[in-house]
Amino acid sequence: MTKLYQGATGDWEAVIGLEIHAQVISESKLFSGASTAFGADPNTQVSFVCAAMPGMLPVINEECVRQAVRTGLAMGCKINLRSIFDRKNYFYADLPQGYQISQFKDPIVGEGHVRIDLEDGSTKDIGVERLHLEQDAGKSMHDQHPTMTYVDLNRSGVALMEIVSKPDMRTPEEAGAYFRKIRSLVRYAGTCDGNMDQGSMRADVNVSVRRPGEPLGTRTETKNVNSIRYVMMVVESEIRRQIDVLEDGGKIDQETRLFDVATGTTRTMRSKEEAHDYRYFPDPDLLPLEFSQEFVDELAKDMPELADAKKDRFVAALHISPYNAGVLVAEKESADYFEALLAATVTKSGKPLSELGTLVANWVIGDLFGALKKLGVGITKSPVSIDHASELLCLQIDGTISGRIAKEVFENMLESGKSPEAIVEEKGLKQVSDTGEIEAMIDEILAANADKVAEYRGGKDKLYGFFVGQVMKQTGGKANPQVVNQLLRPKLDG
Amino acid sequence: MSVDKETVAKIANLARIEVSEEELESTVGELNNILDWVEQLSEVNTDGVAAMTSVVAADLPWREDKVTDGGYREKVLKNAPQAEHGFFAVPKVIE
Repeated sequence: MTKLYQGATGDWEAVIGLEIHAQVISESKLFSGASTAFGADPNTQVSFVCAAMPGMLPVINEECVRQAVRTGLAMGCKINLRSIFDRKNYFYADLPQGYQISQFKDPIVGEGHVRIDLEDGSTKDIGVERLHLEQDAGKSMHDQHPTMTYVDLNRSGVALMEIVSKPDMRTPEEAGAYFRKIRSLVRYAGTCDGNMDQGSMRADVNVSVRRPGEPLGTRTETKNVNSIRYVMMVVESEIRRQIDVLEDGGKIDQETRLFDVATGTTRTMRSKEEAHDYRYFPDPDLLPLEFSQEFVDELAKDMPELADAKKDRFVAALHISPYNAGVLVAEKESADYFEALLAATVTKSGKPLSELGTLVANWVIGDLFGALKKLGVGITKSPVSIDHASELLCLQIDGTISGRIAKEVFENMLESGKSPEAIVEEKGLKQVSDTGEIEAMIDEILAANADKVAEYRGGKDKLYGFFVGQVMKQTGGKANPQVVNQLLRPKLDG
Repeated sequence: MSVDKETVAKIANLARIEVSEEELESTVGELNNILDWVEQLSEVNTDGVAAMTSVVAADLPWREDKVTDGGYREKVLKNAPQAEHGFFAVPKVIE
């Protein structure tokens, strides 16, 4: 079912495609030995190759090739054993060569597809058209001087993967889910850090609208959108704008637009005349990029487990619900934390994996995520170590503390940073499982509340909860509920 | 294949080469001569022949992923008409 947008004159369908630029994780640049580290002083990570000094020649970085292939494999794409580098010609102050080395006709990675998860629980396959390797440009700063633009070439020549989708998306939600999916894939594959704040990932968003069943409409391209939420906002506002223009009898210009974060809308970019005449031609400085199928197979063998496979494994082997498994694998760091915690808990408690999966998953998703959200920190900054967390879970598993007390101890851990065992010891929170002690207490309570006992025996069995409550009250919540039940029921009924 | 005055003016503009009106006329002739000359190649049937990328049998050399270059900002900025605070400084490119 395709989602349709209602206009004044009838229904419209949106067609969306994304070009995602993902910065490759590598030590040095695509064609030079200068560093790629983020945040260095301007122009300190620039070689004569990056600055395009005459006579300098590009030499390809083998790791960038491997990273592109890994990403292609992660997306289930065809890997092209032979690809060609081309020059994309245009002039801009942050592009010293006067051209970008890119891949035009023969990219390193061909077609494939990724599966996106939608909110209603359904999935959809989105086609990937291609992935190619190219150079990033330098960075222009327009706001540092009244009449000058400052240019920093540190980023010039850093390897980018441009991942081009097929126009398979129809809604802002699908576009957001696709962007999120690609980010997850590259982060799991270890090929891009997915850090949008630092510009490691950004998307060009192509949107057009048409009447259902009709040929494609004219599209616009909104450049450099650097968050999932913004991508969704761009799509939403472009769909609305284009429908309005068309329904008023206007036409859509094929143009480049910019996203204005302040208004949540797009506006036309000052049109650079003939800017799109890139005059691609094969770069004469670079021979075709060729490698063997064995090279690809070797990389495939060493691929880490990706989110989808991890999710399936969590469901099958650990008996975690598909929804919870999805939550755990959404961010690689969360999945890593969960697996480390599960392993530590298995070691400490001596219980099998399959028995502990749900308990640990529920704790991570419920207690830990809740606490992290309140603190406003990510899981990598969790104030609770794996060691302390597993200790807490084991205290619960072996019956030393009840689930309710465990929550109390966890609160305390967050505040004090102390180990759960120390907290339990200090505050005397150990669960009372001593049957003699509890039995004596029950006798006392029954004796003190003879009237209620009579009522209960007279058929008012809702009072059972009252007696449990009294026991809990007397022990400060520390009585083992199972033991209480075992002892209380026969005494009352008897 | 041939080019006209308009195409040559467009290509010159894209390449940021200034060609005066008088030069344009002669450039059109020169370029068309070159194109005619190259056109002779099409007399050879090249169906099914792969494009030759090098006259010697050579493979693209690969480089190890190590930081081996950079770290000489003064040299990089030396030829810049203007540099400020370690940046290249160019006339503002947006309003």
